[in-house]
Amino acid sequence: MATVETRDIRKHFGDVRAVDGVDLSTQEGELLVLLGPSGCGKTTLLRMIAGLEKPTGGQILIGGQVVNELPPRDRKIAMVFQSYALYPHMTVFNNIAFPLKAQGVPKEAIPQKVEWAASLFGIERLVHRKPRELSGGERQRVALARALVREPAVFLFDEPLSNLDAKLRASARDELKQFQRRIGTTSIYVTHDQVEAMGLGDRIAVMQLGKVRQIGTAQDVYDEPADTFVGAFLGSPPMNLVERDDHILGFRPEQFFPREAFGHADRVVTLPFRVTRVEYLGADRLLYGILGSPFPEAKVVAKLPWTITAPVEPGERYSFAVHEKELKFFDKATGLRTGPRPI
Amino acid sequence: MGTLEREAVVVTGARRGRFSFLVDREEWLGPLMIGPAVLYIVLVVGFPFFLALFYSVSSVTAGSRTLEFVGLKNFIGVVGTTKFQTSLKNTFIFAFVSQAVVIVLATVLALALLKDFKGKWVVRFLILLPWVAPISLGTIGWLWILDSIYSVINWTLEALGLISPETWPMWLGIPHLAMGSVITVHVWRLLPLATVILLGGLSSIPADIHDAAAVDGASFWRHLFQITMPLVRPIMLVALLFGLVFAFTDMIVIFVLTRGGPYDTTQVLASLAFFTGIQGGDLAEGAAIALFLFPLLLAAAIVFLRIARRAEVT
Repeated sequence: MATVETRDIRKHFGDVRAVDGVDLSTQEGELLVLLGPSGCGKTTLLRMIAGLEKPTGGQILIGGQVVNELPPRDRKIAMVFQSYALYPHMTVFNNIAFPLKAQGVPKEAIPQKVEWAASLFGIERLVHRKPRELSGGERQRVALARALVREPAVFLFDEPLSNLDAKLRASARDELKQFQRRIGTTSIYVTHDQVEAMGLGDRIAVMQLGKVRQIGTAQDVYDEPADTFVGAFLGSPPMNLVERDDHILGFRPEQFFPREAFGHADRVVTLPFRVTRVEYLGADRLLYGILGSPFPEAKVVAKLPWTITAPVEPGERYSFAVHEKELKFFDKATGLRTGPRPI
Repeated sequence: MGTLEREAVVVTGARRGRFSFLVDREEWLGPLMIGPAVLYIVLVVGFPFFLALFYSVSSVTAGSRTLEFVGLKNFIGVVGTTKFQTSLKNTFIFAFVSQAVVIVLATVLALALLKDFKGKWVVRFLILLPWVAPISLGTIGWLWILDSIYSVINWTLEALGLISPETWPMWLGIPHLAMGSVITVHVWRLLPLATVILLGGLSSIPADIHDAAAVDGASFWRHLFQITMPLVRPIMLVALLFGLVFAFTDMIVIFVLTRGGPYDTTQVLASLAFFTGIQGGDLAEGAAIALFLFPLLLAAAIVFLRIARRAEVT
């Protein structure tokens, strides 16, 4: 068991700063998710922790020891790749046994360990097959078993669910979470999928342009975004951002309802809303429209749950509202969160 | 519709009319496009091959007008001769040793060229050069390099004090050295092709696989022999197959450097067939010698291609 720490870690490819001074520190046994759009440097950061990429500057510590100069095999890590990277010419058994052989585990001990790892993922009956004879979900389990078998101090996951179809992904996510809880090994998980990140992560580090914008629990990053990027990146549809004077006003579409939906005692801010388009999605309705004066004409979205049945027609003006405490304020120049402003 | 537009339609219509009977009908277009290739193979490969087959079971000689069917007499007659047996043995030594060296060196080169380094394209260009240069010209260059009087190798070795004028090696004049020399030149010549084929094979292995092996703790040798080599094997077999068939059937290097000498110690079946059939005028026996290894090579080609097809690469 170990923790992972990065200190001002940097990676430059020519003029491009893929990772630009990241300070991170995992807690013992937690699952930390690196979340961000593609090209934000999350995979590069993970590969530096794995030792597959040499940092331009900064330090990486695993279990308190600086590992910058150590090759991947000496870092006590295991990694699951997006493509799973199973060895196509080896059987499942040999795939799982490979890290053990490479570590010099005695020959007699190998079958028992492979069996143990395979049984954890319910793939014992597949051990004699080759990867090409397996389904996507089975390959993923083999990749997990191969990572687990050597009992690493840290698990690194590089978008391991993105090659599965949507249905399988949900169940695989659940299994992965249970598996991580059971073995309690510190894990770093890279994804661009916010649902995956929020569902899996004990904490989430939201990255953009090589920097960590915010790190916290799913609730922290969703409810209290540190800047406009985090606010707009999380949530579907993203947070409404309305520029006003020297600040930006932010509120979530699912907290933006017709005024009647609130009680009279609720402290709300009323916003005039002209609806231009309605999308009916079954569980919710998405209303696209434009704010009216005294607010600037900004495009905003409202997400009404099925429980709110008030009729809404495109082209009509309505009085919508947001709870005062759900309004977020950001600095216009820096995008950073600021204290409440008068409305 | 405006006049211009109408004209345009008429023009394209006319154009389509002229070619449509070919372009739109696959039963015409297919044969027409493959026709030149088939014709070429029939005339340049097929015809000479069957002529050679026919000659090998006949009594044809250069200059004679008569020709009889003699069955396997040519084959039986030639197999017993010492010259043939020596050549057969030399052919195998020449082919297997050169290919073994080629595969090892090509693997090393391809692995090196896979890495990024400064001046990589220059190195690639230099390695490809022997393949682009005309074979006979390159080999004549080697003839000078290995010459008994002007050999740069010998002059250099002497200048370095490693050999004296009394111990100058006669690269092409002493049996073992001559065989070593022709093998070396043959390796020099086939190395580029094998390297390029292997480079293609190596770069088709997904980078993730190498990363996984590194994270799994594989050492350099384990990585090479348990991951890289098995994955590149199907393509390596193709390179080996080409190289072997080439070495078994080619004679340019030997013809230019030693003409089979000294005392037939570098004579191979291809050169023996040439000297017997073309220069000696015994077309029938030459054809028999040339065709002797055909069944073996055919079988080898089938086996290799089957292995290559069965080997899996995801």
